[in-house]
Amino acid sequence: MIGISGVSKSYGQTVVIDDVSLTLPKGGLTSIIGPNGAGKSTLMSMIARLLPIDRGTVMVDGLDVALTAGDALAKRLSILRQDNHLAARLTVSDLVSFGRYPYSKGRLTDEDRGHIERALTYLGLDELKHRFLDELSGGQRQRAFVAMVLAQDTDYMLFDEPLNNLDIRHAVAMMKLLRDAAKDLGKTVVVVLHDINFASCYSDHIVVMRRGRLFRQGVPEEIIREEILIETYETDFKVRDMDGNRIATFY
Amino acid sequence: MKSLIPALLLIFCLAVVSLFVGVSDVSLWSVLNGTADQRQVMILLASRVPRTIALLLAGSGIAIAGMILQMLARNRFVEPSTTGTVESAGLGMLVVLLLAPDMPVMAKMLVAAVFALAGTGMFLAVLRAIPLRSVLMVPLVGIMLGGMISAVTTFFAYRFDLFQSMGAWANGDFSAVLRGRYETLWVAFALTIAAYIAADRFTVAGMGEEFSTNLGLNYRRIMAIGLVIVSMVTASVVVTAGVVPFLGLIVPNIVSMAMGDNLRKSLPWIGICGAGLILACDIVGRTINAPFEIPVGTVLGIIGSLFFLYLLLRRQSRVA
Repeated sequence: MIGISGVSKSYGQTVVIDDVSLTLPKGGLTSIIGPNGAGKSTLMSMIARLLPIDRGTVMVDGLDVALTAGDALAKRLSILRQDNHLAARLTVSDLVSFGRYPYSKGRLTDEDRGHIERALTYLGLDELKHRFLDELSGGQRQRAFVAMVLAQDTDYMLFDEPLNNLDIRHAVAMMKLLRDAAKDLGKTVVVVLHDINFASCYSDHIVVMRRGRLFRQGVPEEIIREEILIETYETDFKVRDMDGNRIATFY
Repeated sequence: MKSLIPALLLIFCLAVVSLFVGVSDVSLWSVLNGTADQRQVMILLASRVPRTIALLLAGSGIAIAGMILQMLARNRFVEPSTTGTVESAGLGMLVVLLLAPDMPVMAKMLVAAVFALAGTGMFLAVLRAIPLRSVLMVPLVGIMLGGMISAVTTFFAYRFDLFQSMGAWANGDFSAVLRGRYETLWVAFALTIAAYIAADRFTVAGMGEEFSTNLGLNYRRIMAIGLVIVSMVTASVVVTAGVVPFLGLIVPNIVSMAMGDNLRKSLPWIGICGAGLILACDIVGRTINAPFEIPVGTVLGIIGSLFFLYLLLRRQSRVA
């Protein structure tokens, strides 16, 4: 369980996150949606201690992220941000191996190697594992980063817009993979998403942010509703039931 | 790791060549069969051996420092002479010359290292404060910063009539290396070993602050450790032989093209190639215009600037 209580963040006079209190349930896939500038990514970065928290606390399984040692937290919670630019020229398998850094500190054990192999296979990267990241397409590279997070094998995995750079086929495959990781491996997956329909079809729980505040949260049926989406995005929406999913259109 | 052995053999051969190239006639054969006279043995032990060891230590040290700097600045075009590190070490030496010229070499090196640390830290602070859109701007900012620092050095050197002394270190030259005057380079060597032990941390640091934090690494601490290593290595080389340009740029880039940047694998190669390149350049500088010497800094400057151009053009064609 991730407990967020009274969290705020501001840059100078601009308040980006305004007193957010929220509990993210353990297990399943939680999506955070909302318009640009709603504070989704900022909130996620604070949960993963990438950004200092101005006020309030974030607790992961009872550990305060601001006070817990970085390497201890790295075994419980991982995050993949968007726009990952590496100065280091690494192969796919090198990168995925670094997912084991919190455990091995660079000296890989057989258990580490098992995790690395499974993560590579899970993401369909066996053929590409000796290729350098700068020789891959954007989608393949994204999969390599996700494999690294998977190898890190934490109970909580946070992804900031994991569908960036992915075409439709790979985006669907990625969402299925994240959902399966939650279901089969018992992980808690939290994703920031721009695509409402992906959130609607794949989430167990949806959090809506708006203007730096928590706006709504609940199961997809409670959230993917015309009146809520219209108010969130200030755009006209139609919501239809299709094959048991709620699909929003806004074109 | 096995493939390192032929590379080490090559370095060994270069080192032997380096021992027996020079104005005084000392041949390998006469040393081996014992016909070398006392003067020849003295030259070998007091000048040739120290020079060769100094080259090996400085070459591997600067190449590894260059690599670490590239990981810390997250930019492939930086090295100690494009980040203000070398110029700051020079300023430190000037301060020593002005205030305490009789300091032992080790203390001089430490003062130079403190200045180098401050200069490199300033460079990285500038990078943090101004996010640069173009990767090529990063070394340009470093070169400008270095220019400003060396302008200060030049001004005071001119005022206090120390121009000649300062000129001596501006171009790396190992001809004055003698027994008793190069031993600070062993400090650089010890630090490169330390860098190898921390290799994985530097690779992770090269992935950026967010990646490092995610993997539970204290990014600020690893930056600080890296800066200390780079500054001490640079200062020890500058104090002993002067500025060795481009080495820290060429070698890491070549090794990176061949085998990537997993430093656990690549740092030994960077060290070996750095030692080999500087030895080869020094031998060239000693033979091409014998009995006169061309300083190794000049030889490296020519090769290095050509390689730098190649790197830039290669990038351009890739982008286009």
